Amino acid sequence: MINASLKQISAHLAAKKISSVELTQLYLDRIAAFNSRLNAYITVNPEMSLAQAREADFRIAAGKAEALTGIPIAQKDIFCAKGWRTTCGSKMLENFISPYDAHVIGQFNNAGAVNLGKTNMDEFAMGSSNETSYFGAVKNPWDRNAVPGGSSGGSACAVATRLCAAATGTDTGGSIRQPAALCGISGLKPTYGVCSRYGMIAFASSLDQAGPMAHSAEDLALLLNVMAGFDERDSTSLQREKEDYARDLTKPLNGLRIGLPKEFFAEGLSNDVAQAVEAAIAEYKKLGASVVEISLPNSRLSVPVYYVLAPAEASSNLSRFDGVRYGHRAPDYTDLADMYEKSRAQGFGAEVKRRIMIGTYVLSHGYYDAYYLQAQKIRRLIAQDFTEAFRQCDIIMGPTSPSTAFKLGEKGDDPVQMYLSDIYTIAVNLAGLPGMSIPCGFGAANNGNPGMPVGLQIIGNYFDEARMLNAAHQYQLATDWHNRVPQGL
Amino acid sequence: MFLANADVRKVARLARLAMSEAEIETARAQLSGIFALIAEMQAVDTRGIAPMSHAQDVSQRLREDAVTETNQRELFQSLAPQYKGSPQVEAGLYLVPQVIE
Repeated sequence: MINASLKQISAHLAAKKISSVELTQLYLDRIAAFNSRLNAYITVNPEMSLAQAREADFRIAAGKAEALTGIPIAQKDIFCAKGWRTTCGSKMLENFISPYDAHVIGQFNNAGAVNLGKTNMDEFAMGSSNETSYFGAVKNPWDRNAVPGGSSGGSACAVATRLCAAATGTDTGGSIRQPAALCGISGLKPTYGVCSRYGMIAFASSLDQAGPMAHSAEDLALLLNVMAGFDERDSTSLQREKEDYARDLTKPLNGLRIGLPKEFFAEGLSNDVAQAVEAAIAEYKKLGASVVEISLPNSRLSVPVYYVLAPAEASSNLSRFDGVRYGHRAPDYTDLADMYEKSRAQGFGAEVKRRIMIGTYVLSHGYYDAYYLQAQKIRRLIAQDFTEAFRQCDIIMGPTSPSTAFKLGEKGDDPVQMYLSDIYTIAVNLAGLPGMSIPCGFGAANNGNPGMPVGLQIIGNYFDEARMLNAAHQYQLATDWHNRVPQGL
Repeated sequence: MFLANADVRKVARLARLAMSEAEIETARAQLSGIFALIAEMQAVDTRGIAPMSHAQDVSQRLREDAVTETNQRELFQSLAPQYKGSPQVEAGLYLVPQVIE
């Protein structure tokens, strides 16, 4: 059952071969057995999960089940869920019980899905290795001395180890795609505005986007069908017709034009990742696709632009954590300013403070034009590169990450090296395009350790998620990388 | 781009983050590295390029000027931080150190 697709699980539930309560208990038992080794979950609440499962069983018995009714889904701890502790990976929110549901959580509740628990993440989603979590780093299930990627590392690990049927993530600069690649699972960041940001704790509002993480493209499509949708409480939520993201899964790929950005295959890309990605492209040619070289000349600027815009927005968003209405308050202080300064200094970790400082600096008097405005202008150049590229191709492919998972602690002292691990994913957020990562092989084995998973990044034009899922699904019908499971779990 | 400890101290104060002198020194070194990375974008000619603040150029929606939220003051106040063992609320208000004599 734990290796079954969401469609198969749903069929088993409908045929009464297993109940949602039994299925939820199965996953809760696995979490109890394995989570201490992996640290994928921050919070589980069996009572609340099983209560939802019982409701789902009634709904299935009444013949009112939908595609995800009764299926246990792990939620990234960035999503507010009513009655659930919601920490965002931070000491600041260590004891915060959310009084309301994020829109995405509400969508899952309406669909009858079961909230299985809250997954670990980099603090306030700021990180690429999960090492900034106040609750400790998540371990990569393929090598527990390696990072799972970040910031949605807990969700990626939980999916890879079958500690949930599927999970949610959020992606501001690669936080769904990079951990999906490093843990060997599939993950999709939709077009900006497709999923509501309401109740998703804000990091960089013009870049943050929620998306699904799962075993296959087919599962991603079913999850996105539930997550997507207009929500008037998010001012950037897009008012669009409801679409079925699974509608094109079975289409053949004949005639698909794949663009390969030459900048994504240049210096800085590990050989083993390059080989796995090139083998995947060769497979796509066999499936009837053609390949064209494209150029994204401004993409090299995406990291510097991102490290102006995202911290600027973060410094503003995180000003709400002042120790007054909720969150951490320092135990001792002399006056109001001292209370703010100490509460924030104690509640935030080093990386969050660093980004608040960058953001505060670039927005401070006299620097706004040189940093923030300049970054916003280059953001447009980066987006225009993609518009130009999509005149020559239907879809863009390349590596998700320049290397396979690095070791825990390896990049801990050097923020710039850590930031560069998102070099292929950030431009997609800046442009607001949809991007995904699917497993496409394994990197080089060394010192007796087997190779680590490699992710193939697929970038689509605006609102082209169905075509991306089609391309990913056809590849997964022809290959079995997405079915590989880490040993010992 | 080179930052001095005084710059870092000023930014920490603006950001309301208490920092020790040792933390300021570490932050200065790391922020200088990050600003060296950011400096790459200064050489780009962006004359005539309009800044892009959001991916979709859509205008902000307007809504009816009507109450949509229910009053949940008690629930929200139950989340208030504790100080010396008690939640810092009183008569529907949040308590902070006195600012006006």
